[in-house]
Amino acid sequence: MSGDRVSGTGRIGAVLRFQAYRIANRPDMVIGVICLVALAFLVLGPLLEIIRDALSLQPYDLAYHPDGEVGSFSLFHLERVFVSPISKALFYRPLLNSLAIGVTVTAVAVSLGSLLAWLLVRTNVHFKGPLGTLIVVPYMMPSWVIALAWLALFKNDRIGGSEGLAAGLLGFQPPDWVSYGFFPIVVTLSLHYFAYAYLLMSGALATVDSELEEAGAISGMGRWQRLSRITLPLLLPALGSAVVLTFIRILGTFGVPALLGLPVRFFTFSTQIYNSINARNNGDAFVLALVLIVIAVSFIWINSRIIGVRKSFVTMTGKGFRRREINLGLWRVPLTILVWVFVLASVLLPLTILLWESLILLPGDYSLDNLTTYFWIGQGNTNLAYGEPGVLLNDGILNALGNSLKLGVSAALFNGFVGLLVGYAVVRGRGTRLSRWLESIAFAPYIFPSIALGAIYIGMFSTPLGPIPALYGTFAILVLITVVKNLPFTSRTGIAAMLQIDRSLEEAARVLGMGWFKRLVRIIMPLSASGLISGMLLTFITAMRELSLIVLLLSPSNMVVTGVIFYYQEQNMPQHSGAVALLLVLVIVLANVLVRLVAHLAGARSLASNAGA
Amino acid sequence: MKEIRLSGIRKAYGRETVVHDMDLVVRPGEFLTILGPSGCGKTTTLRAIAGLEEPDDGEIRFDDQVVFSRQKGVIVPPEKRNLGLIFQSYALWPHMTVEKNILQPLQNKGLSRAEIDERTTRALDSVQMSAFRKRYPSELSGGQQQRVAVARMIASQPPILLMDEPLSNLDAKLRLEMRAELLRLHRELGSTTVYVTHDQAEALTLSDTVVVMDQGSIVQIGAPYDIYHHPTNLLVAEFIGEPRINLIEGELTEAGGTVVLQGKGIRIPADAAAGSASRRLVASVRPESILLSTEKRDGWQEVRLDNAQPTGSTTILQVAAGDSRLSLVQTGFVRLEPGIALWIDFDPASVNFFDPATGKNIRTSSKVAGADVG
Ligand SMILES: Nc1ncnc2c1ncn2[C@@H]1O[C@H](COP(=O)(O)OP(=O)(O)OP(=O)(O)O)[C@@H](O)[C@H]1O
Ligand SMILES: [Mg+2]
Repeated sequence: MSGDRVSGTGRIGAVLRFQAYRIANRPDMVIGVICLVALAFLVLGPLLEIIRDALSLQPYDLAYHPDGEVGSFSLFHLERVFVSPISKALFYRPLLNSLAIGVTVTAVAVSLGSLLAWLLVRTNVHFKGPLGTLIVVPYMMPSWVIALAWLALFKNDRIGGSEGLAAGLLGFQPPDWVSYGFFPIVVTLSLHYFAYAYLLMSGALATVDSELEEAGAISGMGRWQRLSRITLPLLLPALGSAVVLTFIRILGTFGVPALLGLPVRFFTFSTQIYNSINARNNGDAFVLALVLIVIAVSFIWINSRIIGVRKSFVTMTGKGFRRREINLGLWRVPLTILVWVFVLASVLLPLTILLWESLILLPGDYSLDNLTTYFWIGQGNTNLAYGEPGVLLNDGILNALGNSLKLGVSAALFNGFVGLLVGYAVVRGRGTRLSRWLESIAFAPYIFPSIALGAIYIGMFSTPLGPIPALYGTFAILVLITVVKNLPFTSRTGIAAMLQIDRSLEEAARVLGMGWFKRLVRIIMPLSASGLISGMLLTFITAMRELSLIVLLLSPSNMVVTGVIFYYQEQNMPQHSGAVALLLVLVIVLANVLVRLVAHLAGARSLASNAGA
Repeated sequence: MKEIRLSGIRKAYGRETVVHDMDLVVRPGEFLTILGPSGCGKTTTLRAIAGLEEPDDGEIRFDDQVVFSRQKGVIVPPEKRNLGLIFQSYALWPHMTVEKNILQPLQNKGLSRAEIDERTTRALDSVQMSAFRKRYPSELSGGQQQRVAVARMIASQPPILLMDEPLSNLDAKLRLEMRAELLRLHRELGSTTVYVTHDQAEALTLSDTVVVMDQGSIVQIGAPYDIYHHPTNLLVAEFIGEPRINLIEGELTEAGGTVVLQGKGIRIPADAAAGSASRRLVASVRPESILLSTEKRDGWQEVRLDNAQPTGSTTILQVAAGDSRLSLVQTGFVRLEPGIALWIDFDPASVNFFDPATGKNIRTSSKVAGADVG
């Protein structure tokens, strides 16, 4: 009897020990579990939190419900948003506006982006190289830089502030619908997001093997038949995901509708969320954010239904196949000119206008003797612009710029690292449930439109949470939310990079006695570096120009440069906002060039040797 | 030099068991080859020894050290098993030079600088790759990459070497060369070696012991000579030997006081031990052990030559005897016209008999696979 018991406990000990060894032996599983728990906490936790807040009474509701108990279940917020006298202004009008903007901009941007992608990837337009570089610049600029330029150009004197360039030079006041509201929002957003659609579509187009089309030609298909029967079906998944991704981003975008909509009280979902939070009606904002998420999820769902789940999302990068250029013939020169004019205009025009504006002393006076460098290097004059010193001498601005850089760099580093770990756990664990869960949860932030995620994070981190102190107003929360929002992209990069590394390369190191950390540093990181670096660069750019995501979380203590620009614009100081915006674009472009240069120099030899192996 | 002992190793992927209760002992310093058709579980077994695959049951020991045991609750990770492994794909690190590929794992062991340099140089010398120290793997030919992989493995002087079809990516000539090289290295190092291949010639030339696997189980363990001459079943008989062994199915009959196996148009001498009359059996005869004459001889059977395929040093002859077809191998470049008559005879000692139902060798079936295991 007792002997049995001893051997029984011995066996339990052995089983436990075995499982412990087993777990220690599978670093991918350990990492996978850690990532899964962390991500669940950072992604799903906040979601549950705002659902709970939206469905219960909050301290700020006590004004309406004096004898309600905080935390008790209540449909108060839902009623307010959906069926109260203010619902129309709070919910229905912004909803219609957002949807109308979303649909229109997506249609324009994706068509434009696809057309450009086709011209650049598949035809023989001239000067493709520089064109390909230039065309993504609008994507590197914050979307609302174009909105600032729009205002500088088309502002009229009716809303407040001074008149814009058009009025000043041509002497007629643009009508309200040109200056503010739906029309300019659609135009400026389209001018930004066409570059995003271009990036998505050119990657997909590059992967369509032109041999497939040639095969069609040989079997007797005409040009149109080839396009409709071969090329389009092959591109459909990419097109579908370009549409969905663009649409979701537009739903969540804040800067443009704020600059061009708020002055005329034209609200979209995102600006309404911002408004509600500013008015301390967080409950309303949460309900709106949830609706936004539901819309985004339904879009993803519909898209995956139509196109098939497995194919519905393509990554931004694609390896080239044999590609044959289509000869445009007579159209070559006119099309080249057209494309160049469009791209140059969409890049240079806004920047030039902003530069001009930033050099004007008194707003609205466009004569030459009104030109000044005051807003760049002025010492601060109490008669001008509330005594704010010029941009380059302004501690507040330089501080915010420093913060932005810090945010960009830390987000890029964290994202690169997390992307690598997620990629490692997903790829090494292929086929296990853990791997599938991790992949899906890393993808989940896609479904949160930026402004909604910001709202969620306010709800989650404004009070201490377990071991985590209240993060509102700290720099950490900006990094956190940026890392989470960029996770779908970076984990995809990480997965793609890890798929390139044959398992046996790591196993060889293992057998030869190298522990996990050594393998990570010596084998895995060097081999995935090139993919990860370009992913990190994109994260850096995204973080630097981000506003929608973090606008709700900004405070004087963690101000970044995009917030400063927004602030100056709100304060009606267009010269300052223009100058700072230019500075930001300059910094982003420079950093981009620098990183590419360094990566190019450092990676030349080892990349060359990787290619052959 | 270490003994490797596998007992009751079982491995399944999902529902499909790919290694069944395997028992195997590799003696210290022995060169053991695991041979078998594609998908029979050779790589899985090797990876289990290396620790890269976790068996579902059983125990693995290196000498007295238990490196894996489910019952005892032990898993020693690969990085602590101190062994060398060569992958089919070589698995050289593409971002490191040849030299760095070899140095990297040594640096990890905390050896002195001088020792590391010494070992690297010696390893590169012994595979004649010293001239390529500074190259990247992508700048080497397949054979050179293979040599670097070998150098990397031997530089850490592991007591156990594992190789998974290391020569399968090389062309025929290089394969012969490297085969000799590996054998030499094995003698020099004296490490216990487990070598996986599906090339029977490689197994026969290299090994002290050959293990034949099929569908996740060991079918036969033995010295190359025994495997070749006394296959325990039809599968082993057919898998080993080139050209393929001759199989003749027939019925035992008594004719003039001797027992023979009467096949379709061919008689094979048998002895009383083969069984009683009218038992059905399959006889196997190696092509080179069939006696051949171009002239009629007493008691020999007449056959007709279908074709002769000289390869230079040997010639393969295809002959027809009634409805049966046989292959013969003769040394030298034999020139014979197809269609002529030839006479053949069998040495009873070179004939094996198998039960057609079970496929087992009726003589060796009493001492089957597991019996060799100590
Ligand atoms: N990771 C895996 N998941 C599922 N099945 C596997 C896995 N690895 C191997 N198998 C299966 O296990 C069986 C044995 O595979 P193994 O690689 O050991 O064969 P092998 O004898 O080395 O064959 P080859 O000579 O082709 O290399 C095969 O049927 C294979 O399909
Ligand atoms: Mg194998």
